[in-house]
Amino acid sequence: MIKLDDIVASYTTIRGQVNAVDGVSLDIPRGHIVGVAGESGCGKTTLLKVLYGDLGFPLSLKRGTVRYGFRDGDGKEVTSSNIKEFWFRRISYVPQGSMSSLNPVVRIRKQFTDFRGRGESERGVLERVREYIRSLDLPPEALDAYPHQLSGGMRQRIMIAMATFFQPDIILADEPTTALDVVVQKGILLLLKELQERMGNTIIIVSHDMGVHYQIAHKVLVMYAAKAVEFGDSVVVFESALHPYTKMLIESLPTIGDDQRRQGVVGRPPSLWEDLQGCRFAPRCPLATELCRTKEPPLRELQPGHWVACHYADDGL
Amino acid sequence: MKTILRAQHLSKTYGLGGLFRRAKINALDDVNLNVESDQPVVVSLVGESGSGKTTFAKVVLRLVEPSAGRVVVFDQPVAGKGVKPDKREFLSIVQPIFQNPFEAFSSYRNVDSYLMETAIQVNGLKQAEAVEVVADALASVGLKYEDVKGKYYNQFSGGELQRISVARALIPHPNVVIADEPVSMIDASLRMNVINLFLSLKEEFRISFLYITHDLATAYYVSDHVAVLYRGNVVEFGPARLVLTDPRHPYTRLLLDSIPLTNRKWESKQIVLADIETKEYQLEGCKFRNRCPYAREICGRQRPPLVKLEDGREVYCHMVAGHF
Repeated sequence: MIKLDDIVASYTTIRGQVNAVDGVSLDIPRGHIVGVAGESGCGKTTLLKVLYGDLGFPLSLKRGTVRYGFRDGDGKEVTSSNIKEFWFRRISYVPQGSMSSLNPVVRIRKQFTDFRGRGESERGVLERVREYIRSLDLPPEALDAYPHQLSGGMRQRIMIAMATFFQPDIILADEPTTALDVVVQKGILLLLKELQERMGNTIIIVSHDMGVHYQIAHKVLVMYAAKAVEFGDSVVVFESALHPYTKMLIESLPTIGDDQRRQGVVGRPPSLWEDLQGCRFAPRCPLATELCRTKEPPLRELQPGHWVACHYADDGL
Repeated sequence: MKTILRAQHLSKTYGLGGLFRRAKINALDDVNLNVESDQPVVVSLVGESGSGKTTFAKVVLRLVEPSAGRVVVFDQPVAGKGVKPDKREFLSIVQPIFQNPFEAFSSYRNVDSYLMETAIQVNGLKQAEAVEVVADALASVGLKYEDVKGKYYNQFSGGELQRISVARALIPHPNVVIADEPVSMIDASLRMNVINLFLSLKEEFRISFLYITHDLATAYYVSDHVAVLYRGNVVEFGPARLVLTDPRHPYTRLLLDSIPLTNRKWESKQIVLADIETKEYQLEGCKFRNRCPYAREICGRQRPPLVKLEDGREVYCHMVAGHF
């Protein structure tokens, strides 16, 4: 279980501080693919950075901690303060646009062996890397190539291979397939899914594409304006969402073979610079009441494993 | 019947690489499309990146000179050898909407100045008359002139900005609007607002749209006709509902099989990986053959012929032609 306790993460800017994640408390069960959905600016990527412990100017953790559910060598519980020591071995990160993060003047194999542990020979590691690459159905020749010689999809697969090489407990992937074609995207998502099934680890995948979550995530977290608004099994969320935002978002998506007229959500997300009171979705919500505008709804477990932050979720929207 | 859009043997070749080892990419390779209708229509051009969608849009908008062939829009020849339409007349027939609304407007200029400029330069109006026309155009996309006037692009959401782009395109009362990935940079919850706007403009102002996208679900929602492109070739073209629910070309099938829908889970596991992409453009015969599960020897030898099906569809495939 990864426990997030009242996470407030803020960016320091010229205008002052802005909370990109504002009070998120959540227990993420192990051994699942967890999708994080939401629109741009809702705090998906920031949440992932906090989970990775990649905190540094301008991002800081103002409040709260993350507990990862394992202990370090001295028996101390690992939290956001010391997770860095476990990068790559127990937690790894596939950043956004990661297919452009390979060093263009260094061969792939060199970049693989860069982070080998002390006492391991380069040749030994390389042998294991080749074996691993082959097990993912990637051509081992790709290791001898420079990044520009590979297609975007292949580079992304290499990045995923790097992130999973040490079989970490937790893999964080930020929009791993954005900017890739759908045919390539499907291959990469199925690769991630297969890896998860093989290793039984936790994969947290951020995507703005609801279809991606429906296809591979076991659980979905929906974020809106720096808050977690709904969390539950993806099948349940897609079939019977409890939060009006999730419901409207899913209903707005056109599907092939369905000629129903779709409506977008009226209005726009609030600016995080404003002093926000009550439910942040209230200005766009057709069901909002005075209570919604004044009192913030807490994220509560309405049905076993299905969490929602809405005052009226139990009334059946 | 009006010819809404016709492309005849349209080709565009780009040079790639440096002085040595220069490669040629046929971004458009003998594209033939013909849409005739008395009613306004939405024609979608779908395909993956590198399929030639944007090049096609650029040729129609006269931003790129085609290497061969010609294009007719609304009965007017607009591109091809020796075709030089009057600029003002051209802009009153065809108007563009671009992909990224955040990049379409400069951060140094008021957003409304773009609309005024179009009204003054294309419609030939005076300042005072232009204000009225701009206000009308903004009203037809659901915005108020007072709310837009004097503001910069960072004061709007992506959806609002794209509406402003649409309003600008409406000012010269065009017959055809070319929209190149108009909603891909807009958040999902606002996307359908822009798409529905296209549908209502089509009815209200009788505007036809060339909708260019990689998103097959919105293409299905909005279009009357769909053309599927692959490496510069049209592989399948026809009524949207037929092409996207009962595809006949193996590539259209692969594409439809790969999109992450929200109502049906993926079944098949194995997918075919792309060949070295730049090489595919130069293939003789069918360019899809290296990824095609049905490919035979003839696919490498001969260009797939045009097969016209009874339901009004055009498919370029040896298998559909019954060659094997």
